[in-house]
This record gives sequence, structure tokens and C-alpha cells, in this order.
Amino acid sequence: MAQPRVGRVVRVAGPIVEGEGIEGIEMGEVVYVGYEQLLGEVVRISGGRFSAQVYEDTEGLRPGEPIVATGRPFVVELGPGLLASVIDGIGRPLKMIEERMGPFIGRGLRVNTLPRDRRWEYRPLVKRGDELGPGDVFGVVQETPLVEHRLMVPPEVHGVVVDAAPEGSYAVDEPLVTLDAGGSKVELTMKQEWPARRPRPYAERLPCKTPLITGQRVIDTLFPVAKGGTVAIPGGFGTGKTVTLHKISMYSDSKIVVYIGCGERGNEVAEMLEGFSELVDPATGRPIMERSVIIANTSNMPVSAREASIHIGATIAEYYRDQGYDVTLIADSTSRWAEALREVGSRLGELPVEEGYPAYLPDSIARFYERAGRVKALGRPERFGSLTIIGAVSPPGGDFSEPVTVYTLRFVGCMWALDTELAYRRHFPAINWMRSFSRYAEEVEKWWSENVSPEFARYRRKALQILSLASEIESIASIVGESALPDEQRLVLLAAEVLREGFLRQVALRGEDTFCEPVKQFWLLKLMVDFFDKAYELVRSRVPAEEIASLPAVHVMQRVKEDERGVEAVRELYERVMRDLKGLAEKYGVSGGGRE
Amino acid sequence: MSDLLERALHRYPGKMYRGASELRGSLLVLEGAPDLAYGEVVRIYGEDGRERLGRVLEAGVDRALIEVLGDVEGLSTDVLVKPTGSTFKVRVSEELLGRMFNGRFEPIDGHPPVVHGELRDITGAPMNPVSREHPSQFIQTGVSVIDGMLSLVRGQKLPIFSVSGLPHDLLAAQIARQATVRGEGESFAVVFAGIGLTRDEAGFFIEQFKETGAIERMVAVINLAEDPPIERLLTPRIALTVAEYLAFDMGMHVLTIMTDMTNYCEALRELSAARGEVPGRLGYPGYMYSDLATIYERAGVIRGRRGSLTLLPIVTMPGGDLRHPIPDLTGYITEGQVILSQDLHARGIYPPVNVLPSLSRLMRAGVGAGKTREDHTYVADQLYDAYSRGVRARDLARVVGAINLSERLRRYLKFADAFEQEFLSQGFYENRSLEETLDRAWRVLSLLPEEELVRIPVEIIKKYHPSYR
Repeated sequence: MAQPRVGRVVRVAGPIVEGEGIEGIEMGEVVYVGYEQLLGEVVRISGGRFSAQVYEDTEGLRPGEPIVATGRPFVVELGPGLLASVIDGIGRPLKMIEERMGPFIGRGLRVNTLPRDRRWEYRPLVKRGDELGPGDVFGVVQETPLVEHRLMVPPEVHGVVVDAAPEGSYAVDEPLVTLDAGGSKVELTMKQEWPARRPRPYAERLPCKTPLITGQRVIDTLFPVAKGGTVAIPGGFGTGKTVTLHKISMYSDSKIVVYIGCGERGNEVAEMLEGFSELVDPATGRPIMERSVIIANTSNMPVSAREASIHIGATIAEYYRDQGYDVTLIADSTSRWAEALREVGSRLGELPVEEGYPAYLPDSIARFYERAGRVKALGRPERFGSLTIIGAVSPPGGDFSEPVTVYTLRFVGCMWALDTELAYRRHFPAINWMRSFSRYAEEVEKWWSENVSPEFARYRRKALQILSLASEIESIASIVGESALPDEQRLVLLAAEVLREGFLRQVALRGEDTFCEPVKQFWLLKLMVDFFDKAYELVRSRVPAEEIASLPAVHVMQRVKEDERGVEAVRELYERVMRDLKGLAEKYGVSGGGRE
Repeated sequence: MSDLLERALHRYPGKMYRGASELRGSLLVLEGAPDLAYGEVVRIYGEDGRERLGRVLEAGVDRALIEVLGDVEGLSTDVLVKPTGSTFKVRVSEELLGRMFNGRFEPIDGHPPVVHGELRDITGAPMNPVSREHPSQFIQTGVSVIDGMLSLVRGQKLPIFSVSGLPHDLLAAQIARQATVRGEGESFAVVFAGIGLTRDEAGFFIEQFKETGAIERMVAVINLAEDPPIERLLTPRIALTVAEYLAFDMGMHVLTIMTDMTNYCEALRELSAARGEVPGRLGYPGYMYSDLATIYERAGVIRGRRGSLTLLPIVTMPGGDLRHPIPDLTGYITEGQVILSQDLHARGIYPPVNVLPSLSRLMRAGVGAGKTREDHTYVADQLYDAYSRGVRARDLARVVGAINLSERLRRYLKFADAFEQEFLSQGFYENRSLEETLDRAWRVLSLLPEEELVRIPVEIIKKYHPSYR
């Protein structure tokens, strides 16, 4: 490791500090700035001078103060102790900062991401003489009751085990395994480091075929994301981005959740912490915090650390993916991250392109989403993991044609477009079913067919048709008046209303409707689509649409999702609706309308 | 000059720089002032013999950029600049209650400056998110539309988005008056930050607070329209530093009213333009989001401490445009927004709150069973749903005529009118209890057939619907 070299500050302008007097300084090198030793990273070198972005507030810093270069890139500490922690944008646990500084964050505090004083029960999986290569699991630690932490040989390391510590309790920096790597000795500990901006390697990339089950009907059924996929969720303020993301982070069926609160509200972090500690994993009864890592860089924290937080989050997520887990990474909001890029770029005097953003913005966005995927991990035993990335986008004025939204949509496989109109009507999740898309819908159909019902795909398409037809009819109705519409069209509007209220809307934060099992999703869908099909036949046989609309069961369809008896209640209602329609058919003396 | 220099040197011994290389707007460029720190406050002496304050925007070995606080008229390049060795700080103590200051923290109430108390940097330090308590204590404002549908909780930041000429000042004053009467045994305070206000506007608020006796529990920091724009950047920060002290050191429930944040943002733009920065949307700087966040995010509640800091900023939307960068960025930071409508105002409805785009993000945490009343959330949801249908029916009726609407839509039309007249509308001095607010809500909802109330669970309908009581 390089010796620390010392230079001095020549200019301070916000988060950018210019320095001089350090030979051979490198891009991306970590520096400590000023007497308070503020953490920074070199972003530009020109002539004998260099510029560093500083991750802490620079107020009070003077020219002439020292800058220490470390000779190391900006790395993330990986190992047991990450789960259940809340760290800031540069990897410091916020609890530790609170212990040392109280409720307000001061400057210049250095804290390790992984606590050194905590000991972990280690179980070795290798013995002397074993040959180990990159990614091989050499031992395990029960990190939390929910997650077994698999300790891996770092990428680029291999050798023969010459010394192996016995089972026992160890701190993260104690040597566990010593390798003879062609003459030189390498010591493996629980902790390893990885440069935050470099994606971690894997053996092979695999196609994404399994849906991430979120329990949100509009997502799972209409706009699914596959495990290993990418999603953008754009929406103006008040459209419920954060609430939707919180729900996904709490209820989705991934093993690990990494949540990056990037430039968002402090109170939301507090709310999440509360929710994550209260909500328990149904299988184990343990709080879901034990499978989560929260990275909190709230909007009032230094802007350059906001830029770093995204990379730290992605690296941690990849690390758990490499252990063979399904990981979901949520970034709220990527727009704030893009703005941080813009701010740093502008302070460096870079030429702005669109709306002041630097020319490399699309590149940076692409590199971030490219870290998603389902992979076969390096090393033995064979492990498959996935990293799903869900990024919120906060377009100014809710305008989806602004640069961050436009670039993001080019690189993601799925968009959940949040809609101001729906939010005003308090229809949540406010995902607009006409504007959203998912490229995974067909790939995950097989899963639905095998695990839920072979009919699922047909019902899904039919429901989408009804919704799209209804939106056309609505635009006509707004000109001619609803009463002027033919009965067939009024029935379409009714069916769409039932779908909207009874299927798409899902607001409860507590109770039955919070999470909807795939089977129940299917039955609700079947109920509503079959209702429409049968009713449509009746209407074509001159049964008035008004008669169908006034069936009491129609109102029940809009509420059955909340029934505590779950899918049973839906099945019962299905029978009742079919009976009622058959009754109507008999009353009007027409065929059809009943169950075949 | 020599006389002044002598006096200055006598008062503040130490290093001093003479002569600026450039004066541009309120910016002053100093060559060869390597000892100035970033953000440091300096004293500036011009040939006119006056002392002004300045702040270092860029520190460098060869050149420093200083923003001059106070007016620049009468300044020439022949100035003396004296470092103070410190960033902008104010003294905080209980003595501040009942006092009034300008944007440089000089008293404007005829009383002497504050000499006791701890010096605090006005920038403040970010609150550690893990130290925050999620705000969940309902504040009864006595305004039906706020309490019923946009509930305010302690520690929330809830702006009023308005347009010039609408009664946002009245609404803010009414909330301040009615929200602070409650809570016996708890101490409260109002901190008022007037940013770029006319004398009339500032006078209105002061009168209001005098009338209710709140003036003794109030601290006002007022930057008038005629004061230097650069001080508008300090005004809210001074006010919040005081508010943080009262809330988190003294354990008070502090309501901070900041008006008008649009003036603040324009001052920020002015400074950014003077520095020659790359402009963002409509010329506002790209860092305006981060800058506003350092103001709004200072609201909150800290675990284990008694007080709270609730923020009620007023933003007049230029051109009434919600997508204008100022309301837009504000809305992304604050926990909701209360939007006033010119249309409702023209129809004589006070408060003219357009509820559909309005929102209180923290409402769910603060209301419902055990906090307010078990039907509260459901009733609010149903009101939103029904009113949005009513408004759409009204739009439709304008095109096709009410007679061509279905029976169902006509009901919603009637509901929308009743909602505006009986629920939304109330007097400036009318203080409604929460019970009354919810009962009014049920009365207007009962205009709809019961099966339309799909957002309210059946058992709640059975318990509270007027036809069952």
C-alpha cells in the first residue's frame, strides 16, 4: 500500500476542493481534506493541481490546510454486520454517528462500516490442503436469524489452504484462513473490500424467468418484473413513489433488500425503520430489518455523498447476490443522484448538455442499471443469485420527457408510470395502466402457468383489453354524455370500474389487502373477466346494462379483496356472480349468462 | 479612510485586506486573501464609513469571492476587508422570545442586541435520520379541510402553494392562532420568517400575533422587500436556527411560518447569476433542490426530546403554475402541500383549498383509531374519491349539460356543491372541533347512496353514518 502523501488546499468552492503538491495522485483516489480530515475523492487532475469532491460540508475550510492522499480507491467494506444496519452515503453506520455525536451529524468522523468489536460465530467449510479459487465459500456465519452469510474468497485470489481457524467466534478483521498463493501468503477474514464503482465479477449471466412477487396486483399481474430485471418508476411529487417502493421492500419475495434513500426525506427513513422493525417475516417471525440494508443520504446531507450512495448500494447488493441470494436494490430517487452528478459537473466547469446535465449522464445511468441481472456466481459450491434494480425517477413538473426519465427508460425492462390524475383520486398504487410497460410479461408467463394457472395469460390480456377499450369509450362519453352510450359500451365502463376499484386499487397499509397472493390475484382477475364476458353476452341479447349494474354482487366485487377469508371469499363470490347472471338470463329468457 | 481604518483596527485587531479587484452586483472579488475560509463572515468597510457584513463564497490562495450583505451602494474597489474567523452565527437563548430581527439578526424592535446565549452556526447540521422520530402527533388546526383531509402533525413540513392575491396569509395566521391554543402544560412558540415581504404583509402577521397574545411566544425574523435580496438567503436559516433551539433545547412545540419562499428562490437565482453559474430550469441554479432541502429538512421530531419543529412555508406559484421549479422542487421535499385555488376564491369560498392536488403525507401516521377517530382515514379517502367524481361530473355537465348526466353522476354533482359549501367553507374566526369536522363530512357524504361509499368499511358506516345514528 502506498505511503500517505501530503499536499495543501488552494481553493474551496462548495463540495469541490482544489489541491496541489501531491505527486502521482490518481483519479478516484481517496483523500482526507483539511485539519478536520473530511473524506474526499479525486475527480480531476490537471497540471500540478487536482480537484476532489468532498463528501462532507466544507464550510470553514481554508486554503493552505493539508490534504492527505491515501493511495487507495473509494471502497466498500463487505462482510457480516451489513444487514439490519443503516449507513450514510459514504458507508458510515448512522447509529455509530449518533452515539458519538448526538442527533445532528457533525464533520470529520471516521467510522468503519462493519463494527470491529462485534464477534460472529464462524463455521469453517475448508481444511488445510484444500485448494481455493475466487468466489469459493470458505465458511459461514449466521449474520441474522434470517440470513446465513456465506464468506467467499475475494475475486482475483486463489491458493492452497495452509492454515484454517477452527469453529469459534471471531471479529471481522481476524484471519480465518491462510492461503499459499504461489509463494506469497494471503489471509482471508470475514471482511473484504471492493471498489464501489466497479461491478463485482460473476461466472455467467442467465436469463430472467421468475417473477418478483410483490403482492401488488397491478404489478404482479399487469406489469411484472423478473428477478434480475430493472424497473423505473417515474412520477411527479405526491404520486406515491415512496409508498409503493416501501411496500415492495417490505413484502416482495426477495431474500435481501438494499434500500437507498438518495436525496429524499429524513422522516421517510424514520418511517421505514419503524416499519422494518415492526413487520415480521411470516416464515420465521423475525423483523424484516434483519434481511435489509438501508443507505440513507437524505436531501440535506452533502450532495457529493449522494452520488456515492448509489454505488455503495449496488456493490453491497452484488455481494449478497454472489452469495447466491435474490436481492432487490431500490434507489429512491435516481433523479437526485443525477442532480448530484450535475452539481459536481458544473462546479468542475464541465460543459453542460441537456438541462445542465453532463454529457455522460446516459452513460452513468446505463452503468448503474447494468449491474442488475441473474447470474451464476464465481466459485464453489454452485450458486445462483439475482439482483433486481428498481429506481424511482422524480421528473420536474411530472414531465416524462426530461433527460433523466428519457435516458432511464432506454435502459430498463419495465416502467411503472405513476399518474397524477390517479393520485388526485386517491387511487393507489397510482400506476397508469395505459402508459406502463413490462418486457418481462411474456417471460414470466411460464411461471404463472406452472405455479398458478395455465389460463392466467389469457385473463391478463383480456383485462388489459377491457381497460384500454374503456379509456377510449370514456373519451367519447366526455363529449356525448354517458347516457347517450349504447349498453355494450356502458358495460365496458362498468367492468373497467370493477377492475379499477376491485383489482387495481390496493391501498391498505394494514389488513388483508396489503399483500395479495398470486392465487388470489388470479381468482380476482378470473372473477372480473368472466363476469364481463357473461354479462356482455346478456347485454347483446338485450338485457339492459342497468340491470347488471344494479346487481348487489357488482358492489361486492369491488370489496371482496378486503375479505379476510382471502381466496375462499373470491371463489364464493364467483359462484354467486355466475348464479346472479344466470338468474338474469332466465328472467329475460335468453341463453348464456350461466356457467357452462 | 485612515480614520476609519484606525477605528476598525482598534476594534478588531488582526489581519485585514485592502482593495477589491472587482465589484459585481453584491459580489466582491479580493485578490491575494489566502486566509479567508469558505463560508467565513467578513466585515467590509467602504469609503462611506459604514460597516457591512460579507460572506466568503469561494476561498482560494490567489483569489476570494465575497457576497456583501446589506446594500452595496457607496462601495468602491477601495475597501477594507476584515476576517472574523468564523462562519455566520447567531446567539440563541430564551431571551429571543418576543423579539424581532432583520435578515442580519440585528434587532428591529428598538431593544438592544442579544448578548447572552450560545453562538450557533445558521447553516445547522443535518439531523441524523436514525435519531428522528416519525412524526405522528395530530395538530388540531380547527380548519375542517386541514384537519379532516390534510391533517398536520408535529414535526411535519407542509407548505401552502398559492397565487398572489389569494388569502394564504389569512390561512397561515388562522392555523397559527388556532393550533397553538391547545396543548395545556406544553409550551409552544411561533417563529416567523418574513422573506422579502412588503411592510403591509409583515404588519398583518405582527398584528395577528399581537391580537392573540402570541407575540410574547414569538420570534420574528423579517427581511422586507426593500432590504437587500442577499439577506433573504440568511433570513430562513436564522429563523430555523432559533426554532431548532426552542424546539430541541427548550422542548417547545415550535410552529415556523416562512413566507414567501418564492422571494427566497429568486434571491438564490440572483446570486447564482451574479456568480456566472450554469443556469438550470428558468434560470434557477441546479442546486436549488439541495439548497431548499437544507431549509425544509430542519423540521422534525427527535427521539427522546420533548419539542418539535413544524414548518409551514408559503410559496406563491409564479403564474399560478404548479410545475414552476419553485413549487415543484418544494413539493418533492416537503411532506405534502396545501394548494389554494383562484376559482374557489372567486366563488367566495374561504379557505379556497383545492383538495384534489393537495396532500398531507404524514396524515396516515397521525390519525385514525387511538389518535383521532377510527373513521377519520376512511372518511377522508371517501371525500377525496367522491369529490373527484363530483368535479369530473361538473366538467362533463359543462359540455353535455347536467340533464344528460346519469342519475349517479348527478348525485355526485350535488355532493361536490355541498362539500364546498358545508365542509370546505368556514369563517376566519371559526374554530371547528375535530368531531364537528367529521360530522360535517358524514353529512355531506350521506347525500350519496350508501353502496357508493366503497372506501369505508361496512362496520364503520353502520357506526357513524347519519342514517344509523
